[in-house]
Amino acid sequence: MGIVEVEDSPRPVGTAKQHAIAGRLRGVANVRRTGILIPFVILFLVLAETSGPFLTTGNLLNILDQQSSTLIPAAAVTLVLVAGGIDLSVGAIYGLAGVTAAHFALTTNPAIAIVLGILVGLVVGVVNGVIITVFRINALIATLATSYVVTGISSLATGGNIITDFTRPGFADLARTGVLGVRTSTWITLAAVVLLGFLLARTTSGRYMYAAGGNAEAARLAGVRVYQVRILAYALSGAAAALGGVIDASRVLSAQSSGGSSLAFTVLAGVVVGGTSILGGAGAVWRSVVGVLFIALVGNGFDLLGLDPLYEQISLGVLLILAVGLDAWTRMYRS
Amino acid sequence: MTLEPGRSPHVDVRDVSKHFGGARALESVSVSIEAGSVHAFVGENGAGKSTLGKIISGVHAPDRGELLVRGEAVHFRTPREALGHGIATIAQELAIVPELTVAENVFLGAEPRTVAVVRRRELRRRFDALCGSVGFELPGDAVAGRMRTADQQKVEILRAIARNADLIVMDEPTAALSRDETGRLHQTIRSLRDRGHTVVLVSHFLGEVLALADTVTVLRDGRVVRTAAASQESEQSVIEAMLGRSLDATVPAKLAPAPDAVAALSVRGLSAPGVSDASFDVRAGEIVGLAGLVGAGRSELAQAIVGARRTRVGTVAVAGAVIGRRSPRSMLRCGVTMIPESRKEQGLLLERSVTENAALSSLRSLSRLGYVRRRVERRAVTDALRAVDVRAAHPGMPAGALSGGNQQKLLFARTLLGRPAVIIADEPTRGVDVGARRSIYELLVALAGEGLGILLISSDVEEVLGLAHRVLVMRSGRIVADLDGGTATEHDVLDAAFRPASGTA
Repeated sequence: MGIVEVEDSPRPVGTAKQHAIAGRLRGVANVRRTGILIPFVILFLVLAETSGPFLTTGNLLNILDQQSSTLIPAAAVTLVLVAGGIDLSVGAIYGLAGVTAAHFALTTNPAIAIVLGILVGLVVGVVNGVIITVFRINALIATLATSYVVTGISSLATGGNIITDFTRPGFADLARTGVLGVRTSTWITLAAVVLLGFLLARTTSGRYMYAAGGNAEAARLAGVRVYQVRILAYALSGAAAALGGVIDASRVLSAQSSGGSSLAFTVLAGVVVGGTSILGGAGAVWRSVVGVLFIALVGNGFDLLGLDPLYEQISLGVLLILAVGLDAWTRMYRS
Repeated sequence: MTLEPGRSPHVDVRDVSKHFGGARALESVSVSIEAGSVHAFVGENGAGKSTLGKIISGVHAPDRGELLVRGEAVHFRTPREALGHGIATIAQELAIVPELTVAENVFLGAEPRTVAVVRRRELRRRFDALCGSVGFELPGDAVAGRMRTADQQKVEILRAIARNADLIVMDEPTAALSRDETGRLHQTIRSLRDRGHTVVLVSHFLGEVLALADTVTVLRDGRVVRTAAASQESEQSVIEAMLGRSLDATVPAKLAPAPDAVAALSVRGLSAPGVSDASFDVRAGEIVGLAGLVGAGRSELAQAIVGARRTRVGTVAVAGAVIGRRSPRSMLRCGVTMIPESRKEQGLLLERSVTENAALSSLRSLSRLGYVRRRVERRAVTDALRAVDVRAAHPGMPAGALSGGNQQKLLFARTLLGRPAVIIADEPTRGVDVGARRSIYELLVALAGEGLGILLISSDVEEVLGLAHRVLVMRSGRIVADLDGGTATEHDVLDAAFRPASGTA
């Protein structure tokens, strides 16, 4: 028999050794899959124990509401990362969508303004996806470039000014009303996150995203339209960032082009700390949610405990390195 | 003492064996390579010629046996250690830095310098001296990436010699070269020998081997058949020596396709990068073997058929209907599926579960409005896994944790879930153990029995002859023979695959 390269030692199938390997792989995968929960719970308990005001409904709901505009894009960026991409333009899209919605809220029905804001984000997302897949521009550079362009457009549109909607209180309904004691914006966040999580975990598109990010060539040969799946992820990411921008514009009744200047990094930090792989093919929306909230808790904790907020940045940096390191180590261990 | 120059052994391989996993690559191989000679290793795909070359150049360590360099026993753990003993390799994949100049590439990592500043003039002086000593003419200031492949190979050879290598192992050096470039490389090899360097040539171009080499060692199934002076061999005698292996997994009996079976797949005049003007039919119920040497264009043809590689001209028809724009996806929908050559790079999502991997190509039929019906999926996948006998501890385990044979069968399960009419299987038994090999054979025969058309690409000639009703042989991108699987012999296949040797100068 002619064997040139033998990649696998022939071993009887289903042996104890194989089971052991499978078990170990599952164990390692589990660390990445649920790893973020452990520090989150610990931090939560520590804060609950050491700070009186922390464990109040008001404070917790407040944290959740403040994180709306981070959680929604983070959920969608998770899809982008899983599909093997990256999106640095969410902050710029957030800004443009806020400006767009605020602008139209001045003259038209607030509902139309909101829809237009989200639509703008969707369009930028599709453009991102097309540039990256069809024109094969590196995703990091492409989304960095569009974020400059988009921010520029927002500045042009506003003339560098802040748009204020104080005369249009109807536009504030999105963020300032509530149902069952919880803000509408929080409900919207919950819905968006659940929807995106469902999409990734339970639908064919979600499966294709894992395939496209895990092994694009294999996915293509198996009949997956890799480009289309990736464009969908970027489109959702754009729309989600826009929704975040619209919610915040509604909350403060004003918007400016530079509103989301650091959002892309906050979002990415949350996703990665949650344990979604920067290399694609692995991740989950709920983990990004926990990641974002974990970072928020760190910030909240620094406030409540009266610590110097400078240390917050340092600890966030260390957290990021740990999260990415854990991902790299598990991959190394696997191979 | 009158020892002729070039008569002392440069390298002695003594009783070397090498296994990869359970598969034997070399068994008690002994070869003596004379200093200052060109010594060729020839054999079929998988005969062990590359492994032998890699043992000499330190890529692989032998399991048993000895390696002597100029009479001294050595144990190379890395190619670097082999280089320490003057042995360098020129691999098919060239290792030059395309943006640097020729001279900079030659002295890469060993530049003459003062503190950290490279002494350019000294670099050029050394380069010219080196070229003169080997008899090469190369422009030292040219950017290496813009040169032709044969000249890039010279750059690598010079680099090896600059590091005092006096034995150069070349693994299929002409495989990627045009005829003209092949001629240049042959001059290079002769020029090296004339200046006292030893060259080990691993090649399956028999004409080239016979024209260049002083000594030829023929390998078969991991053993040396014979070592003889090239002047005593002919292409015919070498091919005879390569024949006669024995299949260690028995092949199930063939079932003849129905005499009136229609063409399930018709390829007409297909040309693509690496493929010229391929035309053939695969009938329903027929297994067509596609044989040929590595690099003959078999995988390229398969990829062109399913639209994974762009085609220049030609048509592909499925059940009589010509398919317009082909892509892996559109071909899957027409019932043509390819099981790619590399399970890990082109086939599986190693980190995802067995179930997800199996269902990937047929999610549409397992879902409703985009929602994956997991119970339906689980049932379908379980059935498919059972049909191809995948033994996974758990359908939720990652595909990467399966053995090679089970990974291969998992790809068959994925294929079968799509209910195909034609399967193109590219090297489906490479790297799998004997048991899995046997069950893949049975599966292929059973699928053909159910009326599927199968195109089987394999480097294992006996496997092809044992399974296929018809055997197509490819050479340099063309189909050069269409043999009857029942009557053709291994000799016929090898003859078509090897001759006429391409590109001898």
